[in-house]
Order: sequence, then structure tokens, then C-alpha cells
Amino acid sequence: MEEKRHTSAEYERELQEIKEGLLYLGALTEKALERGSVALLERNSELARQIVCDDDVIDRLDVEIEEKCIRLLALRQPAARDLRFITTAIKITGHLERIGDMAAKIAEKVIILNELPSIKPYIDLPRMGEIVRGMIHKSLDALVSENVKLAQKVREEDTVIDQLNDQVFRELLTFMMEDPHKIQVSLYIMQISKNLERIADHAEGIADMVIYMVTGKSVRHQPTCPESK
Amino acid sequence: MVTVEKETIISTKKVDFYYGAFRALTDVTLDFEKNRVTALIGPSGCGKSTFLRLLNRMNDLIDGTRVEGEILFEGQNIYAPEVDPVEIRQRIGMVFQKPNPFPKSIYNNITFAPRLAGIRNNGDLDALVEESLRQAVLWDEVKDILSKSAMTLSGGQQQRLCIARALAMKPDVLLMDEPTSALDPISTAKIEELIDELKKRYTIIIVTHNMQQAARVSEYTGFFYVGKLIEFNATAKIFTNPSVKQTEDYITGRFG
Repeated sequence: MEEKRHTSAEYERELQEIKEGLLYLGALTEKALERGSVALLERNSELARQIVCDDDVIDRLDVEIEEKCIRLLALRQPAARDLRFITTAIKITGHLERIGDMAAKIAEKVIILNELPSIKPYIDLPRMGEIVRGMIHKSLDALVSENVKLAQKVREEDTVIDQLNDQVFRELLTFMMEDPHKIQVSLYIMQISKNLERIADHAEGIADMVIYMVTGKSVRHQPTCPESK
Repeated sequence: MVTVEKETIISTKKVDFYYGAFRALTDVTLDFEKNRVTALIGPSGCGKSTFLRLLNRMNDLIDGTRVEGEILFEGQNIYAPEVDPVEIRQRIGMVFQKPNPFPKSIYNNITFAPRLAGIRNNGDLDALVEESLRQAVLWDEVKDILSKSAMTLSGGQQQRLCIARALAMKPDVLLMDEPTSALDPISTAKIEELIDELKKRYTIIIVTHNMQQAARVSEYTGFFYVGKLIEFNATAKIFTNPSVKQTEDYITGRFG
């Protein structure tokens, strides 16, 4: 069904501005991750330093979006779908800001790794990076198109990232046991992998919020222990 | 739709209402829970005030009107031929949009109806005045000026006096038709606080144009549109995640 517009065009514009802000913020985090992969593969520390600096832009935008949301809560007293959208936006911008922080942390590790001898070609990390970027992208697409199925797909992909992270961990563990000289490099790679895994969790968090926004039902925090089910 | 399983005080079943040939309400079925605040919202002309006025037979006073369906008050059809509308209006009181005190003293405003109903003892009347004014949270402001004209009070005080006047008849239900639309924000806040206090003893049904007011004061909300009840639900549900698209469009300001 075609969505009706608000009687107040100004309100409509303000909501649209928040949505666009989130998409832009998402694009910035995707870009940071993509450049992180390049910086790692091409051993480009200058690029990695740029990523760290650019995180300031992400932080500023996060604050801006949050302020806009709070302003609308105060001035428009939103209800129903608008209320769910604005509260969702506040949480999503928080997730994106954390993703930006982790992309910067990854870049810092890349700078260190670039100074150390390579122990193996990077295969899993770029792959994880790509999946994670796709998750962020899809979660925001789901937000714009209010697509619960797409959001659900992001949730499923989180499992793939968890498995890849475990795999990286096991592989590096054997490296470290075989040769103590590889411990330092291995630990930094593990941290990058762990950061990517955390980013996937945040993308899943965004998808969860989209599902809440569309359906009004919370899917977060599924019980993990049988006794709490 | 939420079916109210708790104690129902007023229940309407398939109510249609006509002003002459014009059908103002269509098939309204709704249960009001006892000792709760129910808000009726909707755009102008949607029939919410008409519906409210049906609940204590106020529309009887307009010529050429007709009611179909049933309105049960404690199980009794209030439109049954043997029912005295005056008695119904005693048990289901009403407060209107504009404060309408009688041009009499504050004291006489409260005692007017009880006197008509046969209470003559001065001691009883004094006690009733104090009790009613206390319940309407007006006593402290007017206890020393009871013989003054009600017209000297502020708009907010006048409206609380009208509420006290309704309470003097010891009703079970209080109908409020946009009771704060003519009041400033402070007086509005006082009335809303009063509503919260009154629901311990009375069932309150309030028509309001102010959706935030409905959200603040009520436990249940009914949304009317073009003479039909579109959605009836818990207020928190209506304002966070309504079940019907039309309700959502209205409360988010996407109407028309």
C-alpha cells in the first residue's frame, strides 16, 4: 500500500533527513571497511591512517542524527510507526558509530601488521570483510524498504561470520603452536577477525531494530539457555 | 481487537444512530471497563461526541434522532421504554467542553441537583459540597468563598466545579466531552491529574481532540472515523503499534 504523507510537510522532511543521514553514515562505515581490506592486502599504511582520521566524521554524524531524533521526539510527539522509526534510528546510529570505531581499530592493527613479516596470504579476513559490508548494506536496505525478510537474512549471515571467526581462531592457534615467532602477527590478525565478528553483531542489531520497526515486535536476545526459554 | 474480560460497566451492541435520515454512527460495538479511563478519538465529525452523548441519553433532547442496537448499563438496556432518562443521567454524569457553571454561588452549583433529588438537610448538603469539591481538588481553593458566584472563578476552576457538580449526584460513570479544550495547559494538567484520581471510584469516558491527552490519561482508546469504530485497543498499543492502518495514519498525522 502506498504510504500516506504527513499533513505537515516539514515533519515529513525531518523524518526523511534522519533516514538519509543513516544511509550516509552506513555508506561511510562500508567505505571504511572496504579501504581497510585494501590497506591490509596492499600493505598501505597511509590509507589505514586515513581510515582512523575519517572516523571523526562518523562520530560527528552520529551525534547529529541523534540530536535530530531527540528534537523530533520533543517537538512532534511522534506516535506509532513514526515513534518506532525514530527510536529505531537512535539505536541504529549507535550501532553504525560502533561499527565505525571498530573499522578504525582494524585500521590501527593493519598499520602494525604492515610493519611485520607476513605469515600467510590473507584470505579469510577480506572474505569476512566483504560479508560484513554486505550485512551493513542489507540491513540499511531493509530499513528503507521496510523489508523484514531481508533483515532476517542479515541475522542468518551473522552465523556465517561467527563460524569464519572460529575458523580463523583455530587456524592461527596451530600457527602459534608450531612457531612462537608467529604469535605476534597471529594475535593481531585474531583481533581484526574478532572486530569483524563484532561488526557483524552490530549489523545484526540493526536488522533486529528494522524488524521491530516494521512489526512492532522485538526479536533481540533470543534465550540461549534451555532453562530460560 | 482486545476483548475486555474484566468487569464491564457499559456495553454497546451494534449501535446505529440517525439524525433524521443521516446515519451518524454505524454498528458500534464496544465494552467499557469499570474504573478505567477510556478515550474516544477521531477527526471532527467522526461521531465520537454523538456516541458519548448516547451513553447517557443526551441525544434524546434532539428532535428527529433515532437509536438502533443496544446500550447496556450494568446489563440493563438504557433505551428500554421503562427506563427513566433522568435516573440514567444521575448515574452517568457528564462534563462538557466549555465550563458551564450555573450563575449561582459555588455552594448552590453543587447542591442544585441533589436538592431537586430530594436532599434537604443542610448538614447533609454541607457534607456533600465539601466531599464533591474535595474529590474535584477544588475545596482548598474555594472553601472560604462558597457563597461567591461561580462566575468569579477562573476557567480551570469552573471546569473543576462542573466536575464536582457532576460528582455530587454520586454517579458511577463520568462522561467528559473535550473537558480541557477551553483551558490553559496548567488547568489542563490539573484536570488530567484529577481524572487519574477519579478513576479509583468512577469509570471515565473522555472524548478528546488532543491525542497526547488520550495517551496520557486513558487505559483504553477507541478510534472513530466516519461514524464507525475503527479500532479499540489498549492505549499503549494504539500509540506504539496500532492494529489498523487507518488508526496509524490518524495518530501519526497522515490523514486526509
